[in-house]
Formats: sequence, structure tokens, C-alpha cells
Amino acid sequence: MEVIITGLVLGGTYALVALGLNIQYGISRIMNLANGELLVAGGLAAFWFWTAGQISPMLTLVIVAPGAFVLNYLIYVIMLRPLVRRAKSQGELEVSSILATFGLAFVGVGIMLALVGGQYFSYSYLSRPIEILGSNYGLNRIIAFLAAAVMCALVYLWLHKSRMGMSIRALAVAPDSAVLVGVNVERLSALAFAIGGAITAVGGALISTFLTLDPSSGVLFTLKALVIVIMGGVGDTRGTIVAALLLGILETFVATVFDPGLTLAAAYLLFVLVLLFRPQGFFGKPTS
Amino acid sequence: MISSGEIRNFLIYGVLLALVATLPFWGQDYWLTIGVTIASFAAMVTSWSIFSGPTHYISLSTAAFFGVGSYTTALGIEYFPELPYWTLLVIAGGLGAVMALLVGLTTLRLSGVYFVIFTLGLAELIRQVVTWLQNWSGQKGLYVLTDLGDREIYWQFLGLCVLVYIVGWLIQRSKVGLALRVIGDDEEVAKHAGIHSARLKVLLFMIPGAVAAVAGAILAPRYIYIEPMLAFTPLLSFQVVIMALLGGTGRLWGGLIGVIPFVLVWEAIAISLPNQTTLLLGVAFLVIVYFIPKGFVGILLDLRRRLMSGGREG
Repeated sequence: MEVIITGLVLGGTYALVALGLNIQYGISRIMNLANGELLVAGGLAAFWFWTAGQISPMLTLVIVAPGAFVLNYLIYVIMLRPLVRRAKSQGELEVSSILATFGLAFVGVGIMLALVGGQYFSYSYLSRPIEILGSNYGLNRIIAFLAAAVMCALVYLWLHKSRMGMSIRALAVAPDSAVLVGVNVERLSALAFAIGGAITAVGGALISTFLTLDPSSGVLFTLKALVIVIMGGVGDTRGTIVAALLLGILETFVATVFDPGLTLAAAYLLFVLVLLFRPQGFFGKPTS
Repeated sequence: MISSGEIRNFLIYGVLLALVATLPFWGQDYWLTIGVTIASFAAMVTSWSIFSGPTHYISLSTAAFFGVGSYTTALGIEYFPELPYWTLLVIAGGLGAVMALLVGLTTLRLSGVYFVIFTLGLAELIRQVVTWLQNWSGQKGLYVLTDLGDREIYWQFLGLCVLVYIVGWLIQRSKVGLALRVIGDDEEVAKHAGIHSARLKVLLFMIPGAVAAVAGAILAPRYIYIEPMLAFTPLLSFQVVIMALLGGTGRLWGGLIGVIPFVLVWEAIAISLPNQTTLLLGVAFLVIVYFIPKGFVGILLDLRRRLMSGGREG
């Protein structure tokens, strides 16, 4: 029971991060390998505000989200749009965007290393126990989970109930036909990329309340988010959330029963199974 | 058939190789060290390009194969001291090839993104498992004690390079090479022409896998002490990708003209600004994607084309 609750709580925050990545990949068609660095940057911001002015990470979100939005918007417009225009095919865009965001990831790590050095940064925020069903959990984890759940719900509602959400989903499903029904692909792609980035950074700020981060831990989060997105299906909100919760539980299980150092191995096990049996994701329909 | 032009080229390469092989006798230890680095990367980068050049699949798992190779040597010397050293290299290559086969079978029938993601985490995955096994067995690291110095290691790498070049050349002039060019051009067309593209990709991926494992096995004695963090350092995978792209994957010699300048610049930066190497790596990636997407090979071929057409006009 304890494993399941801890796993769900961890998975909830993963879901938010992976949702950000999924929006970037599913809609803007950019496989953003700098996603984990963005997450760490969000965590770093929360850490700074907390240590400098004791500003609660929950309040920091109000600054982190628009900051990450603007940053990602600029990254898309300045760096990625030229690649989209240059690419002759989806495959070519994939290769060049993977390499470009990979470069961005390293630049991000390099900048953060220059800012804070190689040390870990962690702070204690609300780290007092709270009792649920007879076991104790960190209050910070629970709060982070609740915040992530609210954000996920908002994103889901926005994608499925608003007019812009509908255009965005149209873009995800049929980018060529979306143009015909009056969707401004270029503008919307940039917006989706920026929103996805903002979501990931918020997830990072939440994760930093209970996990210790350092400038180079981004790539692990990128990997987990990628595995979740593939498991859940590209462009599928519901699948992403289910996959993230599943990964959270499995990771917690492996960490408690075997060794905390094997969490990535656990993620990979899931990944391999999905690749072998359902490469289109949990809820996806098989393609030819 | 081998044409007279090719025989001439072989002679030139032979002379160059003989010249390069004398490096250990120049009495410059610093340059011998650099030579080992360049030769090791030349082998790994060129084999990487043999696979990724035509298929456009970006493999980020060189470190995984390299680490497995290092551990093969270390474990072999520790537990099977009666085996001759060269058999360990063969075993490492075999292990690397089998690993690549498994990875390929899982991911290569799917689109490139799956492959990139899978290979991105492969080194970290194996590192975690090895670390766990070591903790479980109570062992920390392994000593690799041999009487092999930089000189022997350098020659072994030269040999590996020659092997890689021969394999690459044989592929290029075979039917397989033609099939690969078709796949690289348009995979749909390749499928309709009856080319088994998935199978070909899996087989081809075994080449960089085996070469990286052998490279790890050759380099292990130089480390003397091996532990997971060192053997599976993720940086290696990225360096190989960067050098391959910098050189250009369109030609077999592209790897070499990417490796030499990059290693020299890298060594210089690592000495003067050791904390900025990550940033350098990132900037190098961006420069390549935005300014030289076809690498030095692309620039040189463009230049040659322009010179030749210019000559015709004048």
C-alpha cells in the first residue's frame, strides 16, 4: 500500500512533466531532448526563490510558468522554426530537431554548471510527515502531487473544451488538413511548444520540493518523460497520465524491493515491453 | 574488380599508414597520448558513420558498448588469466555485436525516434545494472594490470581503424552498399524495390556495436582501474556523434577529418577551461546543425564542385 501511494504521488509529478513533453512533441513535432534541463531549471528557480526570500515554491510557479513560456517561445521561433522550414520531410526534421535540442540541453547544463557549480541543490520545504491510511508521507510530496493533479486537469480541460485546444488537437492529428480549416499552424506550433515548456518547468519546480537535483540530472528526467510519452502514446493526454502513474509505482517498487539505483532499469523494462508489444502506446490504434 | 586507380589509392594509404604507425618512435609522449585518442575515436566514429550515414538513425549508445568491452578485458584478465589477450578483444567484439543485434531487433523496425531514445539511456541502464551487481557481490572496481603501454594500444587502434575502413569500403562497393544508398534516399522506395530495410539496419548496427566494444577492450589496460562511472561515461557517446557529424557521414573519410580537429580543440579546452566542456559540446552541436549540416565532407565536396565547374567556364 505504501509503495502504491508513494508511487502514485511520484507518478503524478512525472505525469505533469511528461505532459509538457508530449504537447511539444505531439503538436509542435519537436522531440525536445532539452526537456529535462528545463525541468532542472524550473527546480533551480524554485530553489533560488526559497533560499533567497523564503518564497514558497507554490508562489514561485507564478513566476516560473510565464518565464518558461517566454523562453520556450523564443527558442521555438528563433531556433526551431528555421529547422521546420528547412526540413524536406518529417524524418529530416526529426533528426535535425533531435540534434538541435540535444545541443540546447548541453548548453543548458553548461550554463547551470557555470551558475551553481556541480553541487546538488535541495531545500527543505514542508518536510513534515502527514498520515494517510496509517502510514506517514512527506507533506511536500503530497502537496506537489495535488498541484500536479490540478495542473493536469487544467491542461486536459483546456485541450478538450476550449476552441484553441481543439485547434491544437486538430494540428496533432492531421497537420496538413488543419491548415484547410483555418488553423494557423506556425503560430500554434510555437504556442504549443511554449506551453509544453511552461508545464515541464512547473513540474520541475514541484519536483524540486522533494527531490535533490543537480545541473546534470536533467537527462534522466528527459529519458523518463520520453519513455512515458511513448508508453502513453504521442499526443494522448490520458495515456500519458496512466503511463506516468504506472512508471511511478514501478519505480517505487523497484527502489524499495531491489535497489534505488535501478530506477532507470525499471523504466527501460516497461519501455522494451511497450516497444515489443504496443509501439503505438496504450490507447493508440495500430498503424500499418 | 579493383581498378588501377584503386590500386594507386591503396598504395598511398599504405604509405600514409606506415608513416602514422611510426608515431611512437618520435619520442613525443604528449603526441602519442593524443594519437591514441585520435585513433580510438577514428575507429568508433567511422564505424558509427557506416551505420548512421545511410540510415539517418542517430545512435547515442557508443558508451554502452565501450563499457561492455572494457569490462570484458577486465573480467577476462581477472578470472581467465590463461586466455591469450587477443581472444578478449574478439570476445568483446562478439558481445558488442550480439548486444547491438538485440537492441536493433527491439527498436530498428520502428521509427528513428524510438531508436534515439532507447540508445540514449542504454549506457545508463547497463551502468546501473553493473553497479547493482557490484554492490551485490561486494566488489567495487576491477584492476586491469597488463604490460601494454600507450605504444601497443596505439598500434592496436590503428589495426582496428584499418579493419573498419576495409569493412566500410567492402560495404560501399557491394550490393549492400547500393541498397543502403537507396534506403538513405527514400526508405519507401527501398521497400518497394524489395530491400529488407529493417534486417539490413539491424545487421549494419552490429558494426559500430562491435567496434565500440573492441575499442573499450583495447583501452581498458590504459585505465588500470575500472569502475562503472568510468567505463560507461555518457560523454563518449556524444563525442562520437559530434565528431561524426562534424566530419560528415557521406564519405568514409569524413570521420577522420571530424575527429582530428575536434580532439585537438577538445584537449586544448579541457586543459584551459575544464568546467566549460559541456557548454562547448552543446555549442558544437548547434553550430553543426545550423551552419554545417553536411559536415566538413559537404563543404569540401561543394568546394570541389565549384572549382571544377569554375574551371570549365574559364
